[in-house]
Amino acid sequence: MFALPGLVFFVCVVVVPFFYGFYLTLTDWNGMNPVKTFVGFSNYVVTLHDAAFWSSMWLTIKYVFFSVLLINVLAFLLAYLLTNGMKGQNVFRGGFFTPNLIGGVVLGFIWEFIFSRVLVSFGKGTGIALFTSSWLSDPTKAFWALVIVTVWQLTGYMMLIYIAGFTSMSHDVLEAASIDGATGWKRMRDIIMPLMVPSIVICTFFSLSRAFMVYDINLTLTKGGPYDTTRLVAMYVYDMAFKSRKYGVGQAEALFLFLLVAVVSIIQVQLGRSREVEA
Amino acid sequence: MAKTNQVRGTREKVIATIEWILVLLLFLLVLFPFVMVAINSLKVKRDIIMNPFSIITARGLTFNNYVEAFVKMHFIRSFFNSLMVTGLATCLSILTSSMLAYYLVRYVNKFTAIVSAILIASMIIPFQALMIPLVSIYGAGLGVLNHRLTLVFMHTGFALAMSTFIYQGFIKSGIPLALEEAALIDGCSKYGIFFRVVFPLLGPTTATLVILNVLAFWNDYLLPSLVLSLKELLTLPLTTYTFYGTYSANYGVIMAALVLTVLPILILYFALQSKIIEGVVSGAVK
Repeated sequence: MFALPGLVFFVCVVVVPFFYGFYLTLTDWNGMNPVKTFVGFSNYVVTLHDAAFWSSMWLTIKYVFFSVLLINVLAFLLAYLLTNGMKGQNVFRGGFFTPNLIGGVVLGFIWEFIFSRVLVSFGKGTGIALFTSSWLSDPTKAFWALVIVTVWQLTGYMMLIYIAGFTSMSHDVLEAASIDGATGWKRMRDIIMPLMVPSIVICTFFSLSRAFMVYDINLTLTKGGPYDTTRLVAMYVYDMAFKSRKYGVGQAEALFLFLLVAVVSIIQVQLGRSREVEA
Repeated sequence: MAKTNQVRGTREKVIATIEWILVLLLFLLVLFPFVMVAINSLKVKRDIIMNPFSIITARGLTFNNYVEAFVKMHFIRSFFNSLMVTGLATCLSILTSSMLAYYLVRYVNKFTAIVSAILIASMIIPFQALMIPLVSIYGAGLGVLNHRLTLVFMHTGFALAMSTFIYQGFIKSGIPLALEEAALIDGCSKYGIFFRVVFPLLGPTTATLVILNVLAFWNDYLLPSLVLSLKELLTLPLTTYTFYGTYSANYGVIMAALVLTVLPILILYFALQSKIIEGVVSGAVK
């Protein structure tokens, strides 16, 4: 009886839809018709030939790569600096976390204003060419805008996890290392980094899965534009199902996304585990 | 000797100052967008377009943007929709996940091992792989979309795996079995043991999960947008989205709407800042 209520929610919302999704990929459902005609594997064939889908997948991989890398490097650095007893470190920690309180929809809108109005006005005022036209109307710059907003949002969260890692690190080991002459970069590479592997694994996992699923920031910041050049795979699947009304194809493409996330997460966790050390 | 120490001392001070300035610059960069939105929410449209940076403007400051946004986005209604959905879903997910976690830790057998494994595995399923079947089952199949309770139900289901996982970690390491045995001898029922002995001891973990779930439910856009389309039911992120679409040319009102949307959660944050930061950290480390 203790397990029942929770399991009911979980089975109804996660397990059943997950398997029902496989069935949907074998039909030509359009979202309205009560009859779902069985079409075999043709949705998968369509998916494999859908060049726009694969280019959006590739775009997503690039986006995830740069976002996750920048988020973790910055968060690690900030956490390192903010555990040194710096003046005002609690205010800094609190401030860096604030973007995480706010949902993606609002964040996207806030930055849309910054990119298309504030920075343009700054560029025109100072003559800095980089900002004279809106970043959101240029495909390459719009991609980087998306990365910047994601980094801006998630770095504070990951910083907190790294801070927890730094504070729980054994000071004896660090002291012993200093006495043995390990300082500066050597101390960072040979002592601190290996001890921080568990935190790095968690943060990479979190930022990976968040970045792969990003939809709302994408929707409100660039709407996929200009000309669908920044349409990440989450938005692509949404549009395929709910705008083009091809639910079967959309679901088949969603399963490819699932496969990619699963493979990347498993590799990442295994890689991290093999480098874990005991202090 | 004394001299080298002094040199090293000065060098360290310089490095510390550079580090401090670096962090301060990043800090200002993080707050910059908020400041921009806040000051422009008080200006009239022409001033925003002419000079978004200035605080003192040609046409003076105005609160009209706020009045207009507040009325036209039906702020009170959306706020209470969000509050109700978030509140109910948080209570339900805390209750069901703590009970499930307790069961999984205390009754170890093949079944519970499988359930635990499935819960963990489910955490890598992206929401996009579930949204189409969800709409198909709950929309076309059962016809229960456009009810706030459906959204509550789904939020609870999606939060379950993570919450149960975090509770499991805490129950394993933090709840002594002897305590439960003592309660049993004193004549406490199985439910009594859970609700009177175990659940109160889970307090810190419950606080963590309340924070994580409230933030997730309150800010979610995609799931509510699939479930709710009736105007009267829209949550704050949904209202903000439609409002932006309608008033996209009127910058001042838009900025005011964004501030209004962010305000409730910011107030909560400033009231509970240390607790929220603690909660996020312990939620991730377990």
